[in-house]
Amino acid sequence: MLPTWVQLVYLACAVCFILALKGLSGPKTARNGNLVGAVAAVVAVITPFVVKNPATGEHLHHVPLIVAAIVVGTIGGVYGAQKVQMTQMPQMVALFNGVGGGAAALVALLELHEHLAAHESENWFVWAATAFTIVVGAVSFAGSAVTFAKLQELMTSRPVTFPGLRYLFAITLAAAVVLSVRLVIVQSMWLGIVLGLIGLLFGLLLVLPVGGADVPIVISLLNAFTGLTVAAGGYVLSNTVLLVGGTLVGASGTFLTLLMANAMGRSVTNILFGALKGGSTLGGGEASDRPVKSLQPADAAILLGYAERVIIVPGYGLAVAQAQHSLRELVDVLGERGTTVDYAIHPVAGRMPGHMNVLLAEAQVPYEQLKEMDDINGDFKDADVVLVVGANDVVNPAAKTTPGAPIYGMPILHADEAKNIIFMKRSMRPGFAGIENELLFDEKTQLLFGDAKDTMGKLLNAVKAL
Amino acid sequence: MSVAVVWLTIFVLSVFVGIEVISKVSSTLHTPLMSGANAIHGIILLGAILVTGSTDNTAAVIVGVIAIVLASVNMVGGFVVTDRMLQMFTQRKKPAAKPASNDSAAGSKGASA
Repeated sequence: MLPTWVQLVYLACAVCFILALKGLSGPKTARNGNLVGAVAAVVAVITPFVVKNPATGEHLHHVPLIVAAIVVGTIGGVYGAQKVQMTQMPQMVALFNGVGGGAAALVALLELHEHLAAHESENWFVWAATAFTIVVGAVSFAGSAVTFAKLQELMTSRPVTFPGLRYLFAITLAAAVVLSVRLVIVQSMWLGIVLGLIGLLFGLLLVLPVGGADVPIVISLLNAFTGLTVAAGGYVLSNTVLLVGGTLVGASGTFLTLLMANAMGRSVTNILFGALKGGSTLGGGEASDRPVKSLQPADAAILLGYAERVIIVPGYGLAVAQAQHSLRELVDVLGERGTTVDYAIHPVAGRMPGHMNVLLAEAQVPYEQLKEMDDINGDFKDADVVLVVGANDVVNPAAKTTPGAPIYGMPILHADEAKNIIFMKRSMRPGFAGIENELLFDEKTQLLFGDAKDTMGKLLNAVKAL
Repeated sequence: MSVAVVWLTIFVLSVFVGIEVISKVSSTLHTPLMSGANAIHGIILLGAILVTGSTDNTAAVIVGVIAIVLASVNMVGGFVVTDRMLQMFTQRKKPAAKPASNDSAAGSKGASA
């Protein structure tokens, strides 16, 4: 048993993790909350360096090596965290989550090795937790790697399926269950390693068929998975911080996944297994040659400059082009001319829920101009102009009108109700969900083609010149 | 009460706490929330240190060192990147107070310095 004071330190760290998550519920307390969590993590990590291991009665071995490994990991983590652009945040979260899951699987394998070397007999629950950590940690690692590749566009973001996928999927799942049970009965190192490999394969099979627009949900789910593996690892290692911290993430992550799926009008099973069942998440992914109306920045400037009410629908394309600063300036200029301007933020605008808020926060758009979907949807019919910048799926009426479309059922912004719609787009290519947007062919819609940053600059100058 | 039941109790209670603390979060903060939760499960670093520090088997130490590197990337990177995002939310009030500027690029650089 650990000394009582050490257990109390761990308890305090666990409480700090709860406070950290609680702090994240509001913008005012969020940063301090995160700091509290970080401090608790550091304290928890330092503890084993000063306390003897109760199992062996010894201090830590290999301290210089361990410290060196922490330094390497810290440098890597800080470098990645500082360098990443806000647009790439979802893949960064996926990456960090994946390495965490991988670490959990390795820890469980090592613990299995230790138990076997010491010929310890544990109760079956410990072995079950070990098997769970190995498999799910590996799933999280491989799955996150695929989500990263999809979001970073290292591979196609469209669902990847092949004949026999569902059988392979079922066989892998069955093998994972059977071998996990086997590990509970007879422990061996080889069995552990095979379980890890099966977990990796299962992670690939789980995420490959998921389409790009659904990938963020999967990131959230894998995040929850990693949390649960850490919790199971906490049980195996008899460590309360791991148990509580991991469980918090597992529970809140699962809950967040359900919230996100709701915001998209989808069920989690449909997101995960839709493609397995029959390719329902496959989109066309191709540009149409149907006629559309386009306009020049000068014409758009007149429309905007003499409008009384303008609503802006920002999307991921805006942030990718780094046009959010010019957009904010345009809104400022319009505001000076007496136009009422609001930003309509869809809950899943960007690449993951809340992502657009982060991207606009980066451009220092004032809070009060950001309106959430439910608050602004009634205002579109009074808007003279809606300016859609780099968004597509979140204003696509197909979500209401086309059963079977990948986004069918997703609540959308009612941009189609406005008197005029200016759609800023680079090309006619469909959005991330891979389907065509009927709004583009609407009578009231005019397209302003070009790179968002370039076009936004021209639009800004044209409005200033009015 | 057996040890396993004690642990199960802690687990179940933690599930409820986890759901409770995030159920009121607005979608505005979902991205930082996910990232913050991500950082917390980086605490597996503690487990990686414990197992690496209690073995003398060379292969196990090597695997342990890999686990430590991965876990510290998760933990440290997670907290730093979450802080970077949240920093922008808290900073927003200052520039909002000043009138609209004409050089947004310079304005944003100044505020982030």
